[in-house]
Amino acid sequence: MKRKVKIIKIDLDKCMGCRACEVACAAFHSNPKYASVNPARSRIQVFRNELKNVFVPVKGSFYTAAECAGRPLYMIGEKMQSGYEYGESVCSFCGAACPSRDLFKEPDSGLPIKCDMCETEPPLDEPMCVKWCLVDALTYEEREEEVEEEVKLEELDIGIQVMVDKYGLEKVLDTVARMTQKEE
Amino acid sequence: MRYAETGYYLEVDLSTGNIERVESDPQMTEQYLGGLGTNAKLMWDRVPADTDAFSPDNLLIFSSGLLCSTPAPSANRTIITSISPQNSLFGFSMMGGYWSPELKYAGYDKVIVRGKSPDWVYLWINNDKMEIRDARHLQGKSTYETAEAIRSELKEPRAQVISIGLAGENRVYFASVETHRGSSSRLGLGAVMGDKKLKAIAVRGTKDINIAKPAEFLEECNKVLDYIQYRLNYPIPGVPPILAYIGSPQEMALHDEQWHLDSFAWGHARKRRKGFWNKEVEKQWADAMETYKKCLISCYNCPVRCAGIVEVPGYPTYILKCFTKLTYVMAAEVDDLDFGFQILSKAQHYGVDGFTAPQVMAFAIELYENGILTDSDMPGFPKDKKERFHWLLDKIVRREGIGEVLADGVYWAARKIGKGAEAFDHNTIRKHEQVPIKLGMLNPIYYILWSTGEKVNITQIEGQIPQMPMEKHIREEFVKDWIQIPTGKEERFKQFILEWGDEGKNFPFWPPPDLIAELVEWQETMHYIDDSFGLCAGVSSFPIKPPYHIHNLPLFMAYGTGIDMDEEKLWNAALRIRNLIRSYNITRGLKREDETPPQDHWKKRFPEYEQKLMDEYYKYRGWDLRGVPTKETLQKLNLDYVYEDFVKRGIHKEE
Repeated sequence: MKRKVKIIKIDLDKCMGCRACEVACAAFHSNPKYASVNPARSRIQVFRNELKNVFVPVKGSFYTAAECAGRPLYMIGEKMQSGYEYGESVCSFCGAACPSRDLFKEPDSGLPIKCDMCETEPPLDEPMCVKWCLVDALTYEEREEEVEEEVKLEELDIGIQVMVDKYGLEKVLDTVARMTQKEE
Repeated sequence: MRYAETGYYLEVDLSTGNIERVESDPQMTEQYLGGLGTNAKLMWDRVPADTDAFSPDNLLIFSSGLLCSTPAPSANRTIITSISPQNSLFGFSMMGGYWSPELKYAGYDKVIVRGKSPDWVYLWINNDKMEIRDARHLQGKSTYETAEAIRSELKEPRAQVISIGLAGENRVYFASVETHRGSSSRLGLGAVMGDKKLKAIAVRGTKDINIAKPAEFLEECNKVLDYIQYRLNYPIPGVPPILAYIGSPQEMALHDEQWHLDSFAWGHARKRRKGFWNKEVEKQWADAMETYKKCLISCYNCPVRCAGIVEVPGYPTYILKCFTKLTYVMAAEVDDLDFGFQILSKAQHYGVDGFTAPQVMAFAIELYENGILTDSDMPGFPKDKKERFHWLLDKIVRREGIGEVLADGVYWAARKIGKGAEAFDHNTIRKHEQVPIKLGMLNPIYYILWSTGEKVNITQIEGQIPQMPMEKHIREEFVKDWIQIPTGKEERFKQFILEWGDEGKNFPFWPPPDLIAELVEWQETMHYIDDSFGLCAGVSSFPIKPPYHIHNLPLFMAYGTGIDMDEEKLWNAALRIRNLIRSYNITRGLKREDETPPQDHWKKRFPEYEQKLMDEYYKYRGWDLRGVPTKETLQKLNLDYVYEDFVKRGIHKEE
């Protein structure tokens, strides 16, 4: 089966951290459209450190209830420069709406926000952040990818499958049976 | 609800430690736009004419512009206003960067600082939470170090910081306020910040800025972006590369420096070195720039990339913009660009004005070479040209030894040193050091611009028109798509370009005075609008054929704020601001005698003709022969209160 994949290509050598993508995104997703701007609501965030020549746009991706273990530290521009360590006080270059920080969350409600590639009616030629990036750090591509047809599992199925994988089918069945008895 | 602006100022009294959030008057926006315009009104209302720059009553206003934080591209300027310690007049100082958009997202259009703190503090504004924090541990730290230290101790890498370095702490009269990407340098407002013992202001904001007519506003933004792209792809033919593009100008992108190096003066604005620029120098300089420049960067929401991150071995990293790439090299009369990149690192970390500081140092060297300053005044003064500049800069920012005197700038230092030093003060206007340019024939348009500009800084007054006649065969082409001209002036201004350079159509006695006045007014007025909107002159009032102009700017204001606005109203608002600032300076002692360019600015001068030009220009602007706005002018611009004040002071007689 073929599926269309939307891609925002990010060229780190071209990004210079002006945050026009944040402006465009925040304006586009406000309600009514363009009625307000607040980069904190943008679904793309630029991690920037001017003195270290670090400018990394990151798209909001997924919500997670728990933060990850440890913390990554990036070395950037090692070949061109002296090699910078880059790590924000919490963590870097991650698109997750995660309890460790305020990024990719609505500033008022704290609800997670993520990039929707500007799905809208009528459809845009390219996402807003790409359109406003005149230096071409962000470019848009559509690719066709071959994907295996898969049977989508229901949410409960996934949960139970995890339990089965971990404890074995028999133990899970026993537990369910015991719980059923208790309820009666 | 307020649109485009937040409608709130933050009032900070450093003497008492009191911080208040105050709602601003929406009428002010209509009359004075925002940024520079509303700053001017606040100064007029609240800082009396006899207030000293270092008085606790002097306000230090850090303002965003009306369009900052909206999607309008390149609207990111911070407009700082106070009394200048150098000339005691209205102090203009502005910069780009990321600070002022952040301030508006925090919910404030301006931070108005008064009083003086007993000890070093910095201000931390995080949306609704404001704090005056101890900054004693930051004393002595450089502008960049201070910002990094604050971000790190607040654990807020997204905070935007403006700060002063050693120069500001020591109240050097040409100390700047710095934010990585921008320098607010002119007229020494960093010294006022230092006097108030305010080391920095850090801001983080996550609130909304609202747009009154969103779809219309965005459409205008898209048009501007398209035009920016067009202008970057199609430089204007027939003008030097530095004037052919947009930006502020593109010093960090272009290698061709013939324009500046041939027409600007070296040393203490003394001599031109025509022929210095050749292929060999170009190659050396291009190599230096490509070695030390890591990346071109922009300010907030701008694609133009006028600045470069510069990393020179042995010196801390900094961000360089505009003409300062050359000012130190030329003033020190050094032939290699490496020196420029090195000393600039120091200068920006100390926080000094890149126009004034090199002039002051070159002035000191002149005095030394002429025996007015001696080794006893400057013990240990090196022999090498480069070392001398480093030595002087280190002394000045600490006010050590001769640095104590030089830190007040050329005008005051000359008078303090005496012994004939005054004669070497040859490149200041209103006590302020000027761009080092010495030319031959009087340029009547620039004569008026230099003389009467309230900002005392040519680059923040000039723009729109080519600086030399265009070659005949490209003139027609040039005027064809010159859409930026104000309504009603199209024919006259196009005709000016078409004729300029023809037989009998040359400086100094052409163009006629009324056309000169109109051209000057246009150039200047566009800057006043930018400074109030918070727009960068690099995409608006400074270049030839800019993306922003008098026809789309009213739309940005109308769609952004919801305030009814058209070309005429906007033009009048800019005139109102311009006349208010002039009036304010007049109450502080500005006289017609002060309105003159340096005597040696042009070799060929025409005193009588110049006075006639000035008379005609004053008349055109609605000023009397003293340069004071007349009753009619003031009343027409709703500045009746200025007229009343003038009557009280005896500047005008009551009719």
